[in-house]
Amino acid sequence: MCLAIPAKIVELFPEEQNRALVEVVGVRRHIDTGLLADDPPKTGDWVLIHVGFAMSKISEEQALDQIQTLTMLGEQEAAMQEVEGYGLGET
Amino acid sequence: MKFVDEFREPGLIGKASDEIRRLADPARHYRFMEVCGGHTHAIYRFGLKDLLPPNLELVHGPGCPVCVLPMGRIDDGLSMAQDPNVIFTAFGDMMRVPGTHGSPLEHKARGMDVRIIYSPSDALKLAQKNPDKHVMFFAIGFETTAPSTALTLMRAKEQGIRNFSVFSNHVTIIPAIRAILDSPDMRIDAFIGPGHVSTVIGCRPYEWIARNEHKPIVVSGFEPVDVLQSIVMILQQLKAGEAKVENQYKRVVPWEGSRPALRAMAEVFELRPYFEWRGMGFISQSALRIRDTYAHWDAEQRFQVPGIRVTDPKAAQCGEVLKGVLKPVQCKLFGKECTPERPVGALMVSSEGSCAAYYNYEHRKSAVLTSIGA
Repeated sequence: MCLAIPAKIVELFPEEQNRALVEVVGVRRHIDTGLLADDPPKTGDWVLIHVGFAMSKISEEQALDQIQTLTMLGEQEAAMQEVEGYGLGET
Repeated sequence: MKFVDEFREPGLIGKASDEIRRLADPARHYRFMEVCGGHTHAIYRFGLKDLLPPNLELVHGPGCPVCVLPMGRIDDGLSMAQDPNVIFTAFGDMMRVPGTHGSPLEHKARGMDVRIIYSPSDALKLAQKNPDKHVMFFAIGFETTAPSTALTLMRAKEQGIRNFSVFSNHVTIIPAIRAILDSPDMRIDAFIGPGHVSTVIGCRPYEWIARNEHKPIVVSGFEPVDVLQSIVMILQQLKAGEAKVENQYKRVVPWEGSRPALRAMAEVFELRPYFEWRGMGFISQSALRIRDTYAHWDAEQRFQVPGIRVTDPKAAQCGEVLKGVLKPVQCKLFGKECTPERPVGALMVSSEGSCAAYYNYEHRKSAVLTSIGA
């Protein structure tokens, strides 16, 4: 339940400051970045996402490790399903 | 065998496992509680238990929000959605959880408008798309999830979306740890602290555990090597006669937590005087309700809540398992009346519950152990 999924920020929207387009292993989805308001992410940054919200910034190396952990936990499919499920605006 | 090849650093695993054996006093029996259900899942999935000496026992804690939710709250939520004008939304984890008259999915089969959502924002969006309906979000989760619900409510208010409400079942982890420590039959020596909850609350809220209860707590990541390193750090503290809060998951968890997340929670939520936890009973100040400033979006204020109470069958010994007094398999119902398909007790409900994890993985005798030659 508290697992978080690593995602890379691919686009930000100046007119909507809390929205970002992220990529998670090839799937693109919009997420909410409001919980990073004190240190907003930039394009190319990696973040951990949980229920459609970015929780924290992480390094690329950590992100790749986390993706591997999810795969090992057998949760990658569930994670992908979750991300694909975000109806926050498809691309 | 394939299993271990997937480990990022099998060498580190072996080293940590050796270090644990070196540090553990063979004359002592250790009981460490991993608070978070994500850790429980990882421990069983990777067979980490088998990398530990037999006198080091891992006790699986209360950090599984689906498991600790009383059945009466599910009944309450579903009763609000009897109104054909209401769309009931919840995370996938909730959909198969049994209420007295069936799970949300079974209610859907009987005609209730039940939708799985993956983000609270999606529930809000659904409300925007269905202005003639009321969308209710059945919110569960610890501090990892509560800030997302809070921000969603803030957005609903800012944008004036009034056909949306949240049934808050958010709980907080510290009072649950306190309840476990206060229990007279408590037998825990130290805690493996939750990783992602701590991203939000930071490490300070655990300081009383070290200071007042003299028990080490190490906030841990979820990779096998993280969990093993955290156990090494705990054993080092115990060996030195220390009790401190340490952060093994520094790469993700800041000591002070996340200010924006805490701000959002404080804006929207306040503590309930008490809340019932399945398997643990009533715990004071352990859950979050919606503040009056957000009353319009609070399902408990908008709807008649029956306040249903369903007591767990007496034979289910969930409380004892949670406190580490019993192992899952020592409960009278385990694997007989109580299985993941037909859960009787709280801990069999979700794959992160200790009984379900034990049931699903215990037969998988650690391939890890064999392949690293430990």
